[in-house]
Amino acid sequence: MLATRRKFLFIVGFLALPALIYVVYVISPYVQAFQIAFTDWHGASQTQNFVGFANFEALFADSTFWHAIGHNAILLVLGPLIVLGLGMFFAFLLTSGGRKGGVGGSKVYRVIIFLPQVLSLVIVAVLFQSVLKTDTGGMINGPLIGLGAQPIGFLTSPDLALWSVLGVLVWQQVGFYVVLFSAAMGNVPLEIYESARLDGANRIQMFFRITLPLLWDTVQTAWVYMGIAAFDVFAIVWVLTVDQGGPDGSTQVLSTEIYRNAFVYSKFGYASAMGVVLFFVILIFAGVVFGLTRRERVEL
Amino acid sequence: MSIDAPARTGRGEIEPANVNTRRSSGFLGGVSHVVLFVWAVLIVVPIIWIFVSSFKSNTELFTNAWSIPGQLRTGNWSRAFSEGNIGRFFLNTILVVAAGTFGTMVLGSMAAYVLARYPFRGARFIYFVFVAGLAFPVFLALTPLFFVVRNIGQIPGIGQFIGLDSYGGVILVYIAYSLPFTVFFLTAFFRTLPTPVAEAAVIDGCSNTRLFFRVMMPMAKPGLISITIFNVVGQWNQYLLPLVLLSGQAKDKWVLTQGIADIAISSSYRADWPALFAALSMAILPMIIVYVLFQRHIQAGLTAGAVK
Repeated sequence: MLATRRKFLFIVGFLALPALIYVVYVISPYVQAFQIAFTDWHGASQTQNFVGFANFEALFADSTFWHAIGHNAILLVLGPLIVLGLGMFFAFLLTSGGRKGGVGGSKVYRVIIFLPQVLSLVIVAVLFQSVLKTDTGGMINGPLIGLGAQPIGFLTSPDLALWSVLGVLVWQQVGFYVVLFSAAMGNVPLEIYESARLDGANRIQMFFRITLPLLWDTVQTAWVYMGIAAFDVFAIVWVLTVDQGGPDGSTQVLSTEIYRNAFVYSKFGYASAMGVVLFFVILIFAGVVFGLTRRERVEL
Repeated sequence: MSIDAPARTGRGEIEPANVNTRRSSGFLGGVSHVVLFVWAVLIVVPIIWIFVSSFKSNTELFTNAWSIPGQLRTGNWSRAFSEGNIGRFFLNTILVVAAGTFGTMVLGSMAAYVLARYPFRGARFIYFVFVAGLAFPVFLALTPLFFVVRNIGQIPGIGQFIGLDSYGGVILVYIAYSLPFTVFFLTAFFRTLPTPVAEAAVIDGCSNTRLFFRVMMPMAKPGLISITIFNVVGQWNQYLLPLVLLSGQAKDKWVLTQGIADIAISSSYRADWPALFAALSMAILPMIIVYVLFQRHIQAGLTAGAVK
């Protein structure tokens, strides 16, 4: 009896504080967000009137919102495609397609390629602001102007700015997936490759018939990770781009618009409604990825 | 890092088939090197360029972006350090991340341990609620979170230490938002620990609390290290939460990411690019040094969530 009581006190004692902090700072804001999304709360007003779906109706009629969704969609499709593709390719080269060893100096390459992962996105954004500058002081445009060419408006041209954001995202993210995929490739038993080789399979066949199917679970997880990163390009867009989402709103994404509406315009109800939409979009995305990429599991 | 270094087997394995493979992979090996080398250059060159440029004068930078500085202008660095407050931001970041990670690890491992090894009624539900936090975007919580922290700041007495514009507020929020992944990862880890050891300790009269701190924690060390690194890097690089929680009036409490972003935005008016480059270098260099020293652990820690 005493032991049970002690055990109970122990469980409560260990869980109380983490649960309290979690409920106050994580659960309660999420619950409140769904509630605020249905109110007209804005500015310094203390009143929150229930307005039903008015925020959502205004949102769906707002062209800024649709632009942001469109930019997110571009990043969401191309981001994972490029990042996971490059990540898989580099991992394949590093490990020579799963063979022990891999290319010479693969350790050094791995260290360098992973490096941007430890840098904050803000730091990366500021770094590329200087690299992509349009004037003679820019790392790329400086020499171009020196050669008499027109400078490229990486961040100042509305047609190019979003591609610059995508490029920076790729630069920062690829390393993570190289390490992830090459670790997974290292787990594939060598005998499988050995017997495939004896059967006359070449490297390309081995990659598509052996490596990729065995890595499919990892690819799925990576796709969701990368998709979420593509939704949250806040730090890059907010710090790197002209006018924090410009020029002319050409790099606005959902995350920056949520922040802007909440903390610049003080439209709390409206911003929360955007947050709710973001939540459902991510949920649908994850569902689609796991639905579309479902295959028969290959177990070793 | 020479391009034509002979192909070595990185793990020192020698297989009979290797001779054959090596010969056939000569061409492919060469292509691999070229591709990987190009990407490595794309990573390294911008960083080196920033570092070199941080010693130039504004005139030198705008005359020729790729020139070598005429002299080592350390003045850029001291200007960034004093006027840009980089030193201050650095210390703030260390303080917030140290306390945040420590709190996350203590509270996270306590919760995970109980949820993993004490099957009481409701344990699954509590675990599920913790892990559900992984599925929600932070942006959804942002507005209410701001008001939660603001209201907590109104509590008489302790409020000023954990409200807006306070270290405590940021630390508690960091802990709270690090808990889902920490609990998720460590619960799985504690489940894999051998039960006989724990049983033996209990028979020897070990209390539950002692069992946790003296037996289970040491056994869980590999998992704890991975997840600690994950949290340190994650909290060190955090930008959104401090941006919301530490306003312009609390600039003395800002973290590094906020400080750098602010210098970048305001330096477009002042056009003191070399000082910005110096500030950037100051933020990047320590990260690179720490990373190179602990790269194995860091790579393992950061990818811990995605590798089974």
